[in-house]
Amino acid sequence: MAIQEQRLIFKHIDEPGYTNDIDCYIKHGGYEQLKKAVTMKPEDICAEVLESGVRGRGGAGFPAGMKWKFLDRKSGKPIYLVCNCDESEPGTFKDREIVHQDPHQLIEGMMCSAFAIQAKLAFIYIRGEFFQGYKILERAIEEAREKNLLGDNILGSGYSCDIIVHRGAGAYICGEETGLIESIEGNRANPRIKPPYFPAALGLYQCPTIVNNVETLCDVKHIIELGGKGFAQIGTPGNTGTRIWCVSGHVEKPGYYEFPCSAVTLGQLIYDVCGGLKPGRKLKAVIPGGSSAKILRADERFTGKLKDGTEFDWGIEDIPMDFDSLMAVGSMSGSGGVIVMDDSTDMVEALANINYFYAHESCGQCTPCREGVPWMRKVTQRMVDGEAREEDADLLKNIADQIAGRTICAFGEAASWPVQSFIAKFKDEFVQKAREQAARRKEGKAAATKTTLI
Amino acid sequence: MNLKPETIEKIDKLVPRYPTVKSAALPLCHLVQEDQGYLSNEAMEWIANRLDLQPINILELVTFYPMLRTEPTGKHHVRVCRTLPCALAGAYQTCKKLEEAFNCKVGHTSEDGSVTLEFVECHADCGKAPVVMVGEDEYTNISPDKASEFAEKIKNGEI
Ligand SMILES: Cc1cc2nc3c(=O)[nH]c(=O)nc-3n(C[C@H](O)[C@H](O)[C@H](O)COP(=O)(O)O)c2cc1C
Ligand code: SF4
Ligand code: FES
Repeated sequence: MAIQEQRLIFKHIDEPGYTNDIDCYIKHGGYEQLKKAVTMKPEDICAEVLESGVRGRGGAGFPAGMKWKFLDRKSGKPIYLVCNCDESEPGTFKDREIVHQDPHQLIEGMMCSAFAIQAKLAFIYIRGEFFQGYKILERAIEEAREKNLLGDNILGSGYSCDIIVHRGAGAYICGEETGLIESIEGNRANPRIKPPYFPAALGLYQCPTIVNNVETLCDVKHIIELGGKGFAQIGTPGNTGTRIWCVSGHVEKPGYYEFPCSAVTLGQLIYDVCGGLKPGRKLKAVIPGGSSAKILRADERFTGKLKDGTEFDWGIEDIPMDFDSLMAVGSMSGSGGVIVMDDSTDMVEALANINYFYAHESCGQCTPCREGVPWMRKVTQRMVDGEAREEDADLLKNIADQIAGRTICAFGEAASWPVQSFIAKFKDEFVQKAREQAARRKEGKAAATKTTLI
Repeated sequence: MNLKPETIEKIDKLVPRYPTVKSAALPLCHLVQEDQGYLSNEAMEWIANRLDLQPINILELVTFYPMLRTEPTGKHHVRVCRTLPCALAGAYQTCKKLEEAFNCKVGHTSEDGSVTLEFVECHADCGKAPVVMVGEDEYTNISPDKASEFAEKIKNGEI
């Protein structure tokens, strides 16, 4: 028997008969929380969000309430709210479902948040490839405007705020919040250096700006409904609320599954929820939080101490799915994209595939990233092309070590972590590849073999 | 520049919504590209003019954002997602089959102009990998064994 999901954000996703128009949303109790929110004091909503402990669902897991607290309110400049709907970390596919199937949940969450921070204007930055999603949001916003749920004098509260849907155009770096801000300003999405450009102080148009992920903003609606304390009862302390795990790769039933934080282990998620691996296959590795998260090897033992001091000794299947546990085992829950690989996977090819992505997506501002990431791609590409050298594993690690921590934005880490972790955990396969190719060459055969992942 | 009246109307509505005109640059690139199929030098100059910017301000966007094009695509624009989750589901083999069916190498437009075949990166639907887009529509679970039939449907105009 598969473990039952407990859905909060995805409550109506794929529900038969549920449609994405405003009437259906209202019939299911929609916009009640916004009605409640506009009667509250904005600072009280902020306090509830802080108390809820909700952490950002976009990647970094920073507490949303804390971020909101950093808003520079003294400057007197207008405040902006930006919803990050760029969803482009490979392996992540939750925001698209919210936009396609339940857009009003996002709009309600956004308007509650906008009211709480007293934003003058809100944006949804949606990736360019979401052609349908863009149209759905535009229509949903017009529906909400007709009912005075956004726009001027919302529900007679005296508060006004509009939402502009801004489309990206295929650049991954637009997901990074300061790159995203540059992109809305009409520039190339070159990220800004922090400090001083923390969005909460100097964000969009150099004004205080809050950037939150789609799922985080939806959580705000539920925080108003349940209260900060009530929301914090879902999950565990420090890991509150639910998470939507997007499972892809070599499992029988890939898809999105929502659970309270810590409610399932990685093993339960793979074997019970996703039906396990394909027949006859064994688990080899898992990337638990989008392609930039550090890879976990199936036969590793993970030992150490959690934040609260408790010691743990886990196999891969025992890891509780939440922010802190995945961090404690040296990876991250990131964007919730769980990529599962079975024993048919060639790790060199898998890394070559990942490196191809990051090399293509560096914005080019910082030398270590602009030069280093394509270099790593070149190395893994030649390895799969039959030119692998035994020392390549060390070279890759060396390059990665010189990128992470030396760049303007966290893309440097995002591109280095896969390389560092693949080499730390599967170095033997990288060396083995070079030896096999050398042996084949000696026999007069072609060094390269057919690839499947690149 | 011969933009459709609907496009002009959309542009006129959109520009004043933004706090600064420059913010409208990327949306205008999208609208003009949808109208014309691609962004010619003339189109970029037109956008720059409309927003009181220099043509270089538009060119630097067009050369940065992968979805903006300076050349038209073939009649069918086929984009195959190639990042890891799709690759694990066979996206590269799917693409091979499409290359054969269209007689067109990935990254190119077929000689008869019927198809442009491209690799793209994660389209955020990895639970239904491999993912292929045709024009603005998404098709999921296009595994290698379904690829040839899928290509036929595109050729026949069923997709
Ligand atoms: C390279 C890079 C790509 C990112 N891509 C996304 C993305 O696609 N979606 C997203 O919500 N956050 C993304 N982020 C995280 C954002 O910078 C930002 O932290 C997030 O939107 C904040 O929202 P949250 O606190 O609600 O998670 C990315 C970060 C980096 C460094
Ligand atoms: S780390 Fe890379 S992506 Fe980020 S600003 Fe530097 S060059 Fe651009
Ligand atoms: S990797 Fe293809 S949709 Fe995500």
